[in-house]
Amino acid sequence: MDRTLTIAKREFRGYFNSPAAYIVVCLFLLLLGFFFWSPFFLANRASVRGMFDLMSVLLLPTAPAMTMGLLSEEKRTGTIEVLLTMPVRDSEVILGKFLGALSLLSVLLLLTVAYPLSVSTLGTIDWGPILTGYLALLLQGSAMLAIGVLASSWTDNQLIAFFVAGMMCFALWIVSRFLPFIPQQAAGIIEWISFDYHFRNLVRGVIDTRNVFYFLSVIGLALAMAFRSLESRRWS
Amino acid sequence: MAATTIAGRCLAPAEGRTPKRAGAQRESLDMSEVMIEALDLSKRYDDSLALDKVSMEVRRGEVLGFLGPNGAGKSTTMKILTCFTAPTEGTAKVNGCDIFDDSLGVRKSIGYLPESTALYHDMLVLEYLQFVAEMRGLNGAEQRKQVKKVVEETGLEGVFAKGIQTLSKGYKQRVGLAQALLHEPPILILDEPMSGLDPNQAVEIRDLIKEIGRERTVILSTHNLAEVQVACDRVLIISKGRIVADDTPAGLSERAGKRRYLVTVQKSNGLSETSGCAALEKISGVQRVRSLAAEAEDELSFELLPTTDEDLRAPVFKAAVDNGYTLLDLHREGQNLEQVFRDLTTTESPDPEAHDAAAE
Ligand SMILES: Nc1ncnc2c1ncn2[C@@H]1O[C@H](COP(=O)(O)OP(=O)(O)O)[C@@H](O)[C@H]1O
Ligand SMILES: [Mg+2]
Repeated sequence: MDRTLTIAKREFRGYFNSPAAYIVVCLFLLLLGFFFWSPFFLANRASVRGMFDLMSVLLLPTAPAMTMGLLSEEKRTGTIEVLLTMPVRDSEVILGKFLGALSLLSVLLLLTVAYPLSVSTLGTIDWGPILTGYLALLLQGSAMLAIGVLASSWTDNQLIAFFVAGMMCFALWIVSRFLPFIPQQAAGIIEWISFDYHFRNLVRGVIDTRNVFYFLSVIGLALAMAFRSLESRRWS
Repeated sequence: MAATTIAGRCLAPAEGRTPKRAGAQRESLDMSEVMIEALDLSKRYDDSLALDKVSMEVRRGEVLGFLGPNGAGKSTTMKILTCFTAPTEGTAKVNGCDIFDDSLGVRKSIGYLPESTALYHDMLVLEYLQFVAEMRGLNGAEQRKQVKKVVEETGLEGVFAKGIQTLSKGYKQRVGLAQALLHEPPILILDEPMSGLDPNQAVEIRDLIKEIGRERTVILSTHNLAEVQVACDRVLIISKGRIVADDTPAGLSERAGKRRYLVTVQKSNGLSETSGCAALEKISGVQRVRSLAAEAEDELSFELLPTTDEDLRAPVFKAAVDNGYTLLDLHREGQNLEQVFRDLTTTESPDPEAHDAAAE
């Protein structure tokens, strides 16, 4: 566990050693602010509800950008040989990488609290759904990061990792939009595997364990697959 | 089996095999303790065989050199011993821990410098060493002490506050070594630690390794003969995934100092590689005969190593005539080290037995 945290800490610090992380975070906040304060947006929704939908879209490129290099860069440069010949389990490496990315995501989400806060100065707002909304974002974001770690374990090219993770997250996000075109029997399943279905429920202000369970399963599955993929180097 | 026969034939006299620089502190160590024991390691990548039944023993305090051309299987062996990858067949014990059953134990006992000397370029030298120390379970005062120690040992005092990215290749190599030394491992595995350095840097790193190797078991790989001569107590020559020689640097030089005779005869009925070898071996003063790849289809070439400096050309000529061979060429030459190396690593299979095994 100590080693997991050591790895997470190194990744988290590493983000701030290059301009890439700053650019991603700033772009996220700027785009969010732009849409959030645009007259169109304000006119349509006087609440912060829409902010969460917007953030869930913005996470689609942001989460894969945070995870793309986690394992692929180690493979490309060869540092993975040093890392994996230290007395650390492969599972600790995967978990450490994931937690490193999760720390950055948490910082990003914390920064966005500025928006609801500024709205609250204009009028009263209901903080309950905002809290569940952040929980939904954290869960969906974590699921996207776990998928990103998985994609990063498949390749030594971080651009490929970015696109593969992005496509997978996009597919899980968009799939519920196609429900009207899907036969009745399959629709229930498709709805259940989509991010959006569970996200919507949480943002509405209801914490349903089934929705939480869904996101935790996606995280667990993706990380387990990443672990397998890392381990497979030994037998290839 | 094949590996042991080859190794057995190449053994130098017993006294030549014990490390010569037995300093005061080395005598206190149990030098007979086997630190690394590999048994029939094979590694298959898709359809190519990178390692073919490699067996070896490395004792405490030994500095062992893996010598071989590119693609021989040196790095593969090291990756197996460090548990980065698993052998397809065979197993190994490192410091008493099995690479399959106790990979964490193996990894605790070793310091490893991979071929690429890959480091996290976005970190400062000090940050990096702290990270590795933490991963090795060193914290607080102990961590500070060990980091300070390796920084001094590897001469990084001047650069430890610098970004790794800005360092020269030589200094990066030192950081790689420092990283491998932090937890004071009993075993060091260094993959081509001196390649890619300019001659001055290479000498510095080499001296550093010799210094480090005083108290530790070291395996280092190289494709440079001179390096192995200076830095190692024992040399394993690896070629095409097999160990083809196991000798001391002195033993290798001794072979190199010797003359050898090259004999080429016309192929004829009743003359094969084996019968030719047998006939030539009977000549008194011949220590060993080996068949070489001939230049033409209808020719056979042999290499004869003499036991003494006596001129064997006349007896060889006579033996050829007595056996009814048509002698096409006979000459004597001094071997240099490069030649020994080239012969060992380029002949199809230096051991008839191994050849048979491969054919099965
Ligand atoms: N990951 C890999 N996939 C496929 N083949 C490999 C891999 N690593 C090494 N090889 C092959 O195994 C052989 C031995 O390689 P290596 O151990 O790196 O040799 P050396 O270090 O002696 O130069 C080479 O033929 C190489 O092409
Ligand atoms: Mg190599």
